[in-house]
Amino acid sequence: MPSKGSAAAVKLAEPPVAAATFKRFFEDMLLIRRFEERASQMYGMRLIGGFCHLYIGQEAVVVGMQAALKDGDSIITTYRDHGHMLACGMDPKGVMAELTGRRGGYSHGKGGSMHMFSREKNFFGGHGIVGASVPIGTGLAFAHRYRGDGFIAVSYFGDGAINQGQVAESFNMASLWKLPVVYVIENNRYGMGTSISRASARTDLFHRGIGLGIPGEQVDGMDVAAVYDAAQSAAEHARSGQGPIILEMLTYRYRGHSMSDPAKYRTKEEVDKMRSEHDPIDHLRQRLLNAGMAGEAELKDIERRVRETVAEAAQFAQDCPEPDPAELWTDVLAEA
Amino acid sequence: MSTDVLMPALSPTMTEGKLARWLKAEGDHVQPGDAIAEIETDKATMEVEAIDEGILARIVIPEGTEHVAVNTPIAVIAANGEDVSAAAPAAATQHSPHPEPAPSPMARDRAPPPAAPVPAPAGKQPGYTGATATITVREALRDAIAEEMRRDDSVLLLGEEVAEYQGAYKVSQGLLQEFGPRRVIDTPITEQGFAGVGVGAAFAGLKPIVEFMTFNFAMQAIDQIINSAAKTRYMSGGQMGCPIVFRGPNGIASRVAAQHSQCYASWYAHCPGLKVVAPYTGADHKGLLKAAIRDPNPVVFLEHELVYGESFEVPTDPEFIIPIGKARVAREGDRVTITAFSRMVKLALLAAEELAKDGIAAEVIDLRSLRPFDAATVAASVKKTNRLVAVEEGWPFAGIGSELAAVMMEECFDWLDAPVKRVAGKDVPLPYAANLERLAVPQVEDIVAAAREVAYR
Repeated sequence: MPSKGSAAAVKLAEPPVAAATFKRFFEDMLLIRRFEERASQMYGMRLIGGFCHLYIGQEAVVVGMQAALKDGDSIITTYRDHGHMLACGMDPKGVMAELTGRRGGYSHGKGGSMHMFSREKNFFGGHGIVGASVPIGTGLAFAHRYRGDGFIAVSYFGDGAINQGQVAESFNMASLWKLPVVYVIENNRYGMGTSISRASARTDLFHRGIGLGIPGEQVDGMDVAAVYDAAQSAAEHARSGQGPIILEMLTYRYRGHSMSDPAKYRTKEEVDKMRSEHDPIDHLRQRLLNAGMAGEAELKDIERRVRETVAEAAQFAQDCPEPDPAELWTDVLAEA
Repeated sequence: MSTDVLMPALSPTMTEGKLARWLKAEGDHVQPGDAIAEIETDKATMEVEAIDEGILARIVIPEGTEHVAVNTPIAVIAANGEDVSAAAPAAATQHSPHPEPAPSPMARDRAPPPAAPVPAPAGKQPGYTGATATITVREALRDAIAEEMRRDDSVLLLGEEVAEYQGAYKVSQGLLQEFGPRRVIDTPITEQGFAGVGVGAAFAGLKPIVEFMTFNFAMQAIDQIINSAAKTRYMSGGQMGCPIVFRGPNGIASRVAAQHSQCYASWYAHCPGLKVVAPYTGADHKGLLKAAIRDPNPVVFLEHELVYGESFEVPTDPEFIIPIGKARVAREGDRVTITAFSRMVKLALLAAEELAKDGIAAEVIDLRSLRPFDAATVAASVKKTNRLVAVEEGWPFAGIGSELAAVMMEECFDWLDAPVKRVAGKDVPLPYAANLERLAVPQVEDIVAAAREVAYR
């Protein structure tokens, strides 16, 4: 996997701090992994309907990014959003209950997998139209600049969205107006079933803003330390008034585009190779052990805690009743 | 041979202007391309250029003259060596560089002058006793925006040419000067992009007014308007709000053909999660735009280029607001109900005048708001008149008139004495030729004929 910001480039903090940070990364990534595995299982049991896009394999991207942000920064992403919500600190119970379409879900069961929000956590969705969240994320940055509050927006999207016209439109305005936004391209190599080489004239995407004066960097998105390092510099760039910046995260999704995707467009060997050689969670686990930052028992403890959290979320999402029928008519318009 | 210089039309809809200043004096030599005068309209100031070489023999219209009609001779240019004292203005029609169509059997199909007289001074608002001023719709919109921007720092204006250029249709005249570039923002030509930026800013709690140069261009942005602005409140279980106004001219203009002449009323009115407003009078433009800006929901505010220049008495009180969702009885009658919105209200009122001459008292209802839709006011009227003519400029299929016909079936079935009649734009892309354009959009006589038909007269 090509890599610019390798692990060697990570500026490790003092050992105790680094250990705590990495253990948190491990737990956060593991939570996403286990949550998504459970969602997959529940989808198979028909407890979850519609489209369901899993984040398995890409966990390092959002965990490393979010760790570099401040409370008050705004986040927006597309429909592969479960991991982002968990990384924003949203309650796994509320996320899972939305997947099952229950009243305890973040959108009271009216949004589903692709459309969830948390005003409290400044998570602005959860958007189902490829590319459409990018101008909205640019608008979030516009609002931060308008208010002069010192916060930034982070807009996540995939290698499929990059070819949408409105993404280019957003890059132009963000650079023109020097908006505080970090664009995170999660390049998992496939836009649904079309590989990047069949959809983009150039397969490296970090340079897409260069003609507009937006710096870009390619990052090993399977290495949470590399992501965290790049995220800190990018956030600082945006926060300091220098305008937008693009981070291309080279990553991989192990599962299909959605639950109904048999993934015939790539080989099993390709997937297996990524899983066995580049898995972000295994990678970090080994690093924690090798560097003596955590012992086997401690990691087992984390794994048990995560398993319990996910089990609770799954139970809540199944026990929670469906929305009241009256809910059909609420939240269309606000009272003027 | 002398040539008349005629008052030029600066836009498809201009009918008159002010001769602001002469840049050349009588006796001056002029070359083709020389600026000889400055003329002003409510939208713009532009120079008149000489098109022939010669001597500016006579200035016919002195500078400072207001209301000079298009095609009026304003000066005479004599050929070099010609006796300039003999040069007199000829009749405009003989030398017009923009000839009016010659009288022909087709003459009745020619477009009417856009500034047809308003039938009744649609002025004082019921219940409003404060001060008013006579201003154009363009100014009423500007005043509404300015008042709301003064009141609330989170209100901003975003769009193409809204700042430095002062608005493509001069609606935002003076706003950049008063509020500065932080709040009055020129965008690149990038409708989908800036509509999405507006939506994001609104999600974050700002109150953007997004101007589309025309709603034809908003088709590029309709995904952001529907999928992002209208649906997110619902999809978030009420957590998210999108207090945004999408506004601009909608419908036909004058001779701008199919891609620039479309009514989107039924498109937007179709969608839950949006409010859709299409006013006619100056007071309604002002009061409803202020309500739209204060509304916590996305509002599509449909204006009309042919109405911008019309003058009305408009309340000056900054707290004058018209709630969205109420139709207005623009003229009372008991024989037939005519519903209309936007510019079609004017035609409906003219039709009612015609009908009154034959003793048919038409009640004209200005719908004003298409979402929420004030079915109750229409139903109450139809229960009195037992007849409905639904007028709109847009296409008939699945239009506002179709919706009204359905509502009448559901709510007034036993009161109807005639089938609901729709008067709508013809089911074709709008043609360019003047005669065809006139045939394609509803005219006063179409409304009169429809009203007679349902009144069996």
